[in-house]
Amino acid sequence: MMLRADGLTKRYGEFLALDGVSLTVGEGEFVSIIGPNGAGKSTLINVLTGVIRPSSGSVRFKEREVAGIGPVRLARLGMARSFQLVQIFPDLTVLETLQAAVVSRLGRGTRLFTSLAADREVQAGALEVAELFGLAERRHVPARHLPQGDKKLLDVASAFALKPEIILLDEPTSGVSTADKTAIMETLVAASRRVGLRAIIQVEHDMDIVFAYSDRIVALHQGKVLADDAPAAILSDQRVIDTVIGRRAARS
Amino acid sequence: MKRAFALVAATAAVAVAPFVVGTYHVLLMLPFMAYAVVLLGLNLLFGYAGLVSFGHALFVGIGAYTGAFITSHTKIRSLEVILLAAGVLGALAAVPVAALCVRYVKIYFGMLTLAFGMVFYTFVLKFYRLTGGDEGTPFLRPALLGLGLEAMPKIDYLTGPFYYYSMAVLGLAMLVMWRIVRSPFGLCLRTIRDNPGKAETLGIGVTRYRFLAFVISAVYAAVGGALLGPPIGNVDPTLAYWTHSGNLVFMTLLGGFASFFGPVVGAFVFIYLQNWVMSVVEYWRLVFGAILALIVIFAPEGLVGLVTRRRPAPAARA
Repeated sequence: MMLRADGLTKRYGEFLALDGVSLTVGEGEFVSIIGPNGAGKSTLINVLTGVIRPSSGSVRFKEREVAGIGPVRLARLGMARSFQLVQIFPDLTVLETLQAAVVSRLGRGTRLFTSLAADREVQAGALEVAELFGLAERRHVPARHLPQGDKKLLDVASAFALKPEIILLDEPTSGVSTADKTAIMETLVAASRRVGLRAIIQVEHDMDIVFAYSDRIVALHQGKVLADDAPAAILSDQRVIDTVIGRRAARS
Repeated sequence: MKRAFALVAATAAVAVAPFVVGTYHVLLMLPFMAYAVVLLGLNLLFGYAGLVSFGHALFVGIGAYTGAFITSHTKIRSLEVILLAAGVLGALAAVPVAALCVRYVKIYFGMLTLAFGMVFYTFVLKFYRLTGGDEGTPFLRPALLGLGLEAMPKIDYLTGPFYYYSMAVLGLAMLVMWRIVRSPFGLCLRTIRDNPGKAETLGIGVTRYRFLAFVISAVYAAVGGALLGPPIGNVDPTLAYWTHSGNLVFMTLLGGFASFFGPVVGAFVFIYLQNWVMSVVEYWRLVFGAILALIVIFAPEGLVGLVTRRRPAPAARA
């Protein structure tokens, strides 16, 4: 088992954002977390990636307890993430952004006097990921000048440049035109094979994307797991259709 | 290519200055070179890590007082030893200050550094037996590369050997800082400046990098502070006062914190502008305040930014 969460709760005063959530992610799985707004999806991602410490419960990654250990240590352990609201380094170019991730992966960040430009492993690693995500032509463009879709890709690509074992994607296609969504997902799936990713978890609202790519779907509602099953089974779960997917979407 | 040409031209101009300009202006080059060293370090924190320190006069003071103490209380005169001791003491003082300050950002970081600066100012003012209090401590003429040069008239010493020694220190400081900002470490600092939250998800430990940048900047400030001493000849608490820290930030803004050479240009313009304005207006701070306001409003990337922003943006060229 790659990742196991048991009995996660997260309380903000009187409000219970997560209420005893348990889930597992196995080797090779693509798991989607769905749910209406306020269901606790982003809180769950933030707890799983160590950004938020749960009020109770445990998160085990590769048989190690990782709840609340923080994103830096989790990244080093092999867990990466991307954000719902695109996160870039505005003044860094595409290549520099990817180089930073490769530098971090190789543990070379505290090298003070070695030339980054002369580090062939870093240069090659960054360029490889830029090519995988179709960003090689714009590698010298500062991230702030990229179109929104490319910013989103760069955010995801930088997480892939860490060569993680598992990646958590918080709405990887949000803010992207419908036409670009499938292209982003295809790029992402192809890249995951190339970098040897062992599992993907995504939070996604677009049900076409969810059902096209997921091996398993976890439906959240009011901080609780409503269903955790294969896409076909989820589609026949009336509670999920009523509260999360909607009848029209389920029919289409 | 243009930048390389400008650098070569500037180096040549500084090298020949003692032969072509008057002594008065050559003497003004000495604080410029000392401040340029300080600002190279300050800008690692400001321009590359995104942290504005209002307390770096603390480290300038440590460097200057280290030299003054060594030359006044020991038989050591070697400037190499003084610079080394200043750098080491600057780093040692920076460790506890940085450990606390880098956990905060923006105004909280600025205020904490200011507070530490004022603690040091009070220390040098009140510990009379060690620092000479408000009278300060003499910074006796240091030996350069083993040469005592005691017989040389002071002006000849300062505009000759000491001038070129300062130039060499500045050149070395620039070279080392150039390597640092182009290293993997420099890149990681820029990720932290731009988006610390994202940097953390890439496994870049924000606090650790900020700490290292702070200590390096303190070493530069202390070495620059030690270079300030010999031309003044006496080190007093005004060097450690908070307005001095403000001047350092002003110089950096004036030249431009977004560019490697911006702070160096800022130091040069500040020293000569201050000297000129003081000679024609009594209330020179009023004029400098107005200049600072104009820069922040109309040239937020400083004088170097004014020149470079005429070029098309990289995206437009791509």
